[in-house]
Amino acid sequence: MAGNNGGKRKGLRVVGKPLIKIDAKAKCIGELKFADDLVLPRMLHTRLLRSSVPHARIVNIDVSQAKAYPGVHAVLLGTDLPTPYGALPVSEDEHPLAIGKVRMVGDPVAAIAAVDEDVATEALDLIHVEYEPLPVVTSIQDAYDMAEPRIHDYGELGNIHRRQVYEFGSVDAGFAEADYVREDITFYEGSTHLALEQHASLAQFSHDGKLTLWTSTQDMHYLHRHLAKVLQMPASHIRVIATPNGGGFGGKCDPFNHEIVVCKLAMVTGRPVKICLNREEVFYCHRGRHPVLMSTKTGYKKDGSITAMHHRTILDGGAYGGHGVASTFYTGILQPTTYKLPNYRFEAVRVFTNKAPCGPKRGHGTPQPRWAQEIQMDRIADHLGLDPAELRKQYAVPQNSITANWIRIGTLALGQCIDKVVAGSGWKDKFRKLPYGKGIGIACSAYMTGTQTPIYYNKLPHSGVQLKLDRSGGVCVFCGSAEIGQGSDSILAYIVAEVLGIDPFDIRVVTGDTDLTPVDLGSYSSRVTLMTGNAAIEAAERARHMLREAVSAKLEVPGDRLTFADRRVFDSENPDKGVSFVDAVCLAEEKYGTLGTTGSYKPPAAPGKYKGSTIGPSPAFSCTASVAEVEVNPETGIVVVPRVWIAHDIGQAINPLLAIGQIEGCVYMGLGEALMEEMTYRGNRNLVHKFPSFLEYKSPTTLEMCDVITYLIEEPDANGPFGAKEVGQGPQLPVPPAIANAVYDAVGVRIDEIPITPDKVLKAIRAKAKGQEGRYGPTAFPTCPMPPATVVPTPFQGGDGKAIEREPAVSRK
Amino acid sequence: MKQAGKSGKSKLEKAHLRLQVNGEEVEVAFAPHKTLLEVLREDLGLTGTKHGCELGECGCCAVLVDGRPVLSCLALGVAMEGHEITTVEGMATATGLHPLQQAFAELGAAQCGYCTPGILLTAKALLENTARPSRDKIKEALAGNLCRCTGYIKILEAVELAAARMAGEKAEPAKETVYGWE
Repeated sequence: MAGNNGGKRKGLRVVGKPLIKIDAKAKCIGELKFADDLVLPRMLHTRLLRSSVPHARIVNIDVSQAKAYPGVHAVLLGTDLPTPYGALPVSEDEHPLAIGKVRMVGDPVAAIAAVDEDVATEALDLIHVEYEPLPVVTSIQDAYDMAEPRIHDYGELGNIHRRQVYEFGSVDAGFAEADYVREDITFYEGSTHLALEQHASLAQFSHDGKLTLWTSTQDMHYLHRHLAKVLQMPASHIRVIATPNGGGFGGKCDPFNHEIVVCKLAMVTGRPVKICLNREEVFYCHRGRHPVLMSTKTGYKKDGSITAMHHRTILDGGAYGGHGVASTFYTGILQPTTYKLPNYRFEAVRVFTNKAPCGPKRGHGTPQPRWAQEIQMDRIADHLGLDPAELRKQYAVPQNSITANWIRIGTLALGQCIDKVVAGSGWKDKFRKLPYGKGIGIACSAYMTGTQTPIYYNKLPHSGVQLKLDRSGGVCVFCGSAEIGQGSDSILAYIVAEVLGIDPFDIRVVTGDTDLTPVDLGSYSSRVTLMTGNAAIEAAERARHMLREAVSAKLEVPGDRLTFADRRVFDSENPDKGVSFVDAVCLAEEKYGTLGTTGSYKPPAAPGKYKGSTIGPSPAFSCTASVAEVEVNPETGIVVVPRVWIAHDIGQAINPLLAIGQIEGCVYMGLGEALMEEMTYRGNRNLVHKFPSFLEYKSPTTLEMCDVITYLIEEPDANGPFGAKEVGQGPQLPVPPAIANAVYDAVGVRIDEIPITPDKVLKAIRAKAKGQEGRYGPTAFPTCPMPPATVVPTPFQGGDGKAIEREPAVSRK
Repeated sequence: MKQAGKSGKSKLEKAHLRLQVNGEEVEVAFAPHKTLLEVLREDLGLTGTKHGCELGECGCCAVLVDGRPVLSCLALGVAMEGHEITTVEGMATATGLHPLQQAFAELGAAQCGYCTPGILLTAKALLENTARPSRDKIKEALAGNLCRCTGYIKILEAVELAAARMAGEKAEPAKETVYGWE
């Protein structure tokens, strides 16, 4: 059953309906408490002294004056928290406060807890730090050229953090088979999440030795583990409460230095300690989109089919590892999930620079390579005289297939998505037919619904749900997920209500509290609805089974004839014969004693068996097609996007209203990245952020935002709860390349660098007018020594998912 | 360096005044340099008013002063004597939500909900001056309120829905708004 079913899928009463979110009213009346809204008696306030230099040894820190300042209760230094940590086990390269050296402007050096923020701020000025400057690594090229000084004393070579080389099948054979081979070099600038809520945390240490941290985090479970490690206390004595996030987008996934610092300060002072970062500090926290330079070399035949791709990426990682190793994989590993790709070679390098660290932002590492391939597809179609929409449809990855790099694809209705946006936008009447200055472009994508592998190796469930039912008829759902605005709390209520035949508002949802809720890995990788949803279904079905047995005995009706709906449990053959839901719970409590059930979810194993094959596989893949219409002013270079059409295969919308909201948000964020958002630094070697403020870091307002025509395609996937797949990230991917392709349609120039700012458009138009190539973008791709490839025969070659041993690969300089 | 010894002072320095907040008169004492945002959140416990920058750039902290949207991070608390202040806590009544709040909740116009209070109050001021504003007029009125979640679309649709209802129409959301296009 595909296509928008208007919420009328057979047998569903709650799922598929555009219901109000369970926390919507609390958000609209100002009742919901975010982290900075929390106040505890005797609470102290923290400010961090941050480095003003990008790379230096710390020769001396004098805190004597600050310590003596009236109102100051404690001053912390790096040596007070000596254990390193980091989001990934392979790159634990951070300390809560710098020890011995600073690696970027904004690195915290000392922390002050004081009676109020003003006093803490005043005392910061009384700390005297003596720095011995070190040479600064400003760019990818610097990192390649400067082996010394190293920003970190680990990594592969000099300032090269990570190199990854994989070959699936044989690209040489694929290129030999091709009619044409083309290489495009493209650049996707970094951008930041810009969540409106500034990160905030509040810690309390009680006299029984237990620590509680309220914090705006997307990944409470991982943070819990990091706190135990760095604070050197048992995790069972630490309680982390994820407050509702005022926007996340990946920016609140990493464990943050300030979160650890307030915990330590609470322990040192014996008083609750709070911190709220200011906006400039949030810019330096970053962990946003990596700037990525890409070379995409593709062999294709006259019919447009792709025979091979050699895709190379270099990521400017900034000063720390963070999630960067995963980001590096993601700049290539999902490339084969959208169009058929029989042979694929992927080489990636991540470098350290003295800038704010990059990490996961919506789409985590995948918008950049998707952009590269989608603008190249447009060129290939142009070269062959094919319709780029038709070309994409013809070579879309088929459903129920395995890609060259051993990623299993379930449902994937990309063809239907393309049909929808082509028909809706009037594509065939517009493409290459609009007057000069107006244009239309298309791009597509596929995206994972959660990763198959957790961040640290374990065989435990990825998500757990507990259900409590009692004689009041009340049902309470407990789950460790973090509500970041996407509606994850509501999804739990809808799913449990669907299974138990009650109203979502009959249910209380408790999430994001390590003391109260079973582990869920957090709000990242578009995993939440699928994983918590499946766990919730299991817990609710177990509860329904108990209720059914009890009611069946009471009514003397066979259990399989009982229906749960409208807050009743009744005989489906004689609906008048039944009991209320409350009575059903009482009967079950009488029969079984105190009622509680659990459910858990773990993704299925992936078919790949090579080292690195755990990154990329997912229980289910969504896909998206997008058409953008643009108006380009050839005199000013200003690009305006009036409208975007977007069709997304979500499997089953648990709530179509919320799904559309996610898609509109994705279009918005894609529009911002395409046209204006840039995380850039001043043009000297001081590496101070160019514009760490809302005013100057340009993001779309109501006036720049386009109209969005959204189509929900519902091709249920067997692995999703009620068939549901992701919607929070994937729909962003095709938006920037659709806009770039539309700019070409409008004015005949290729802008191969994000963001597409007016100066770049003008330069390309002027170059074209002079008879030069009508293009703006990078022209060179630097190289560094690469290790031999991990070579993996593809499923098409009859491989078994394992890598083969081969003689050391020829260096591809 | 700022003047040291601030907290070692012996003289009492707080300003002591009466403010009109959400139709109630409140007596409050606070340091005179505090912004209206800080007074509302820290001294009156009205944490519904949010902050995203404290520099007047994001619109999160917008409240109404005498019915006009004001960025409370740029207004001084001591300058508010004699003015009527409305925060998001003052929009709903015991009997129900303001039509804007109802429409925002119905359409999912509050995703994370952080920008929502500032936007609701800015929209309230708009609708009190212009009964049925055009889409362009709403965009213009809300251009100073950033939202990173929604792409503004559900927000604009919710303001239109509320405007229609406040004008006495029995308006319901369009099918495309809640289910997508066919």
